Amino acid sequence: MQSPPSPQASLLRYALWVVAAAIAWALIVSQVNAQAVSPAMGFDEARHLLGRTSFAAQPSEIADFAKLTRAQAVDRLLAETRRTVAYPAPLWATSYERIYRPEMSQEERQKAQRREQVERALELRAWWTAEMLSTPSPLTEKMTLFWHNHFATSQVKVRVAQLMYRQNVLLRQYALGNFGALLREISKDPAMLIYLDGAQNRKGMPNENFAREVMELFTLGEGNYGEQDIKEVARAFSGWSIDLDVGEFRFRRPQHDDGEKTIFGQRGRFNGDDVVTLLLKHEKTAEFIVGKLWLEFVSPQPNSAETRRLAKVFREGGYEIKPLLRAMLLSDEFWMPTHRAVLVKSPVELVIGSLRQFRFEVEDPAPFSVVMRQLGQDLFGPPNVKGWPGGETWLNTSTLLARKSFLNRLFRVDEMGSPELAGTTTALIDRDLMGERRQRAQTRLALNGGGSMAGESMMAAGANATPFGVNNQMKGQYHFDANKWFAQYPNESDSSLLWKTLLAGPPVQATELKYDLAGVRAIALDPMYQLK
Amino acid sequence: MKRRDFLSALGASVGVLTLPNAFAQTAPGTNAAYKKLLILIELKGANDGLNTLVPYADPAYASLRPSVQIKRDQVLQLSDRFGLHPSLAPLMPMWQSGEMAALMGLGYPQPNLSHFRSIEIWDTASKSNEYLNEGWLARAFAQVAPPKSFLADGVAVGGGNLGPLTNGSRALSIASTEAFLRNARLADPHGRAYNKALQHILRLEGDARFAGNQLKPKTDWKTDFPNHSLGQQVKTAMQVVSASSGVAAVHIGLGSFDTHGGQLGTHQALLTQLAESITTIKRASEELGRWNDTLALTYCEFGRRAKENASGGTDHGTANVQFAFGGAVKGGLKGEYQSLTALTGDGNFIHTADFRSVYATVLNDWWGLPKDTTQSILGGTYPSLGFV
Repeated sequence: MQSPPSPQASLLRYALWVVAAAIAWALIVSQVNAQAVSPAMGFDEARHLLGRTSFAAQPSEIADFAKLTRAQAVDRLLAETRRTVAYPAPLWATSYERIYRPEMSQEERQKAQRREQVERALELRAWWTAEMLSTPSPLTEKMTLFWHNHFATSQVKVRVAQLMYRQNVLLRQYALGNFGALLREISKDPAMLIYLDGAQNRKGMPNENFAREVMELFTLGEGNYGEQDIKEVARAFSGWSIDLDVGEFRFRRPQHDDGEKTIFGQRGRFNGDDVVTLLLKHEKTAEFIVGKLWLEFVSPQPNSAETRRLAKVFREGGYEIKPLLRAMLLSDEFWMPTHRAVLVKSPVELVIGSLRQFRFEVEDPAPFSVVMRQLGQDLFGPPNVKGWPGGETWLNTSTLLARKSFLNRLFRVDEMGSPELAGTTTALIDRDLMGERRQRAQTRLALNGGGSMAGESMMAAGANATPFGVNNQMKGQYHFDANKWFAQYPNESDSSLLWKTLLAGPPVQATELKYDLAGVRAIALDPMYQLK
Repeated sequence: MKRRDFLSALGASVGVLTLPNAFAQTAPGTNAAYKKLLILIELKGANDGLNTLVPYADPAYASLRPSVQIKRDQVLQLSDRFGLHPSLAPLMPMWQSGEMAALMGLGYPQPNLSHFRSIEIWDTASKSNEYLNEGWLARAFAQVAPPKSFLADGVAVGGGNLGPLTNGSRALSIASTEAFLRNARLADPHGRAYNKALQHILRLEGDARFAGNQLKPKTDWKTDFPNHSLGQQVKTAMQVVSASSGVAAVHIGLGSFDTHGGQLGTHQALLTQLAESITTIKRASEELGRWNDTLALTYCEFGRRAKENASGGTDHGTANVQFAFGGAVKGGLKGEYQSLTALTGDGNFIHTADFRSVYATVLNDWWGLPKDTTQSILGGTYPSLGFV
């Protein structure tokens, strides 16, 4: 039988409770305090953050960031982003005119147009390459590239370089802005309307290309809509067209199907804007975008719990991208030591990162845009509407060897004088014209044809025109001042500073490091150099 | 900080990972049958089978394709019902000598009309609602490995993705043999892989070095290789075949067949390249004395919509025809063409044969793998199409 508790026992129990509560409180307070005065990041964490959010981390930048807390550092990164370019665009890019060339024969005119397209496409790539090389806001360019890959559009099909330029300006403007607004603008973007055949989508004569991809690749992800939704969404976007005289979006009312549609089980006389609204209400949209950003910034392993948490942040923040990135970069997962050096650098990150890291003075950026293409990432020319698959697929035997060949040449500066790289602009244009001619042979009788995967044949033609890898015969001008660069690393006795700056993790092969060009080359050829 | 400290900072949970199985060759013995070569030709973007093997005698054809149509008098007749697209004329000698088979009505239940998902289904030989990481060839090579002395299990030419060789197989990607050999000396497989990405890189370095030491390209070809993208890929492929210790499968690709608009001209040009390239494969294989040991197979993610669209093109569809070529191929029309009138609710064809039957034929009849092995590779039993 149990005796009733004595008063003493009750008192004791009460006292114990008070002590436990006090301990718990102390723990909570101490944690809050720990957060309030959380420590400076230190070198390794600063290197990790900058390695993921910029192209290359200089020792001085790492030292600056090392003094900040994680939150301070992330806030500073996000506060410093720009929305416009610093490098001047090609003159033709900012005006739009259709040149009719009445004095030429049909054949001459086509030839002139082809040459112009190829020249401008190359200038455009060179311009973006220059911007990435010189920008004070690398995160802006990384995010612009992220959206270029997300809303993948290729010059090979669009052909009008001004429209590709305008899309690039649009992507940059919203790169760290509002995703909903960007989606709305992209659905009316002339380059996109050409690329995914939206301009051909008319009442009674639907073209489903954009309707399918806007759901599969831009918002919901595969499996979250039905074939009937695609047909209805295509109807809703019918009549969204382009005025080719000014190169701008134009709504053609007679070509719009304003009948009732059923989309995701809802009925209404939906138009394209309504579809964007429906897509933004759909909870899969935020998860899909978060999932892709996760692979870009955090880890190759998806994390469904974190994706849902961050998607909620994204939705509740009205699809503002900065608060989402802030939450992602401050997540525990981002900082886990096991998540360092696990992402493969893209060709752009590798090439731009190396040139920035070693402070190369580049006279002509065009050859470097060709190197990036040879490594599998042709700016303004993703392989298809799904963009570059990225991650480990960046590397196969072919691209890994081409990367190593590029890096090897980059650091043969001293031995070879002015080293040969990828090509003079003229040679590149000639080569592209060759690829372009092949492309034309395929689409000769099909002015509107080609389809969303047209880029692949161009890529293949380009790759075959010049054997993969860095070409011997052509010269590009760039300069590396080794003495100036090594002056950043004053303490030769601490050999770890060199690789800790240049690599995301300890070297795998370059274990005996010297403070000279050979040492730097060894680091650059180390497998770890391919990772971020 | 010393290197050791950095390692501990990386966290004790990251151990040193071991090399993957395919590299360590754990498979139960090797198979001499892989001396028979498979060349896969991907028709990227999805080829319009209806205008490739044209059912010209069916009145439904003309009504489905009032303008995106191959005229009856242009079709190269194969039978009283079917004929080839005129651009495929160079293949007619192969058809007549019984070295070309048409595999008709191929598809799978619950078809997916996304390029990316559907090619994944074809590359991995999965069911429509099943997600597999390994390509079907990678799975085959993991179960029965090609000889270790081979240059590689498979080679993807053109620098693109590995398709059916993805994940696990000893797969090389080669854009051109010259560039590959020039750069292979930079490959260095030594060192420890701290994580999965490094493991991937070191494996590639190993594969590249091994292949770089083996590959000795043939320089005295009598065969002329066409000067277009696919023709040059065929050249690289045949270089690899001729100049190495062996390879079981080669992947090449042509595109884009994604003809949503203005289809006729694009399609004509692409099929011309395809026909030239296939005849080149025959010529080069004969030069090597290997035509009887070579099987060339086309494939793609799906066919195109039965009815043409309003842009002079065709949208994504389902059931489709593919082709097999080779000295040992049992030529002719195989299987059953899909009905042009019994369509699904959304206007798509209904397949008459599962695409995995093509793979079953390759695994069983071409390479002679045991039936139960084939079954485990393909996740089910699929009847042979009898083309080899």
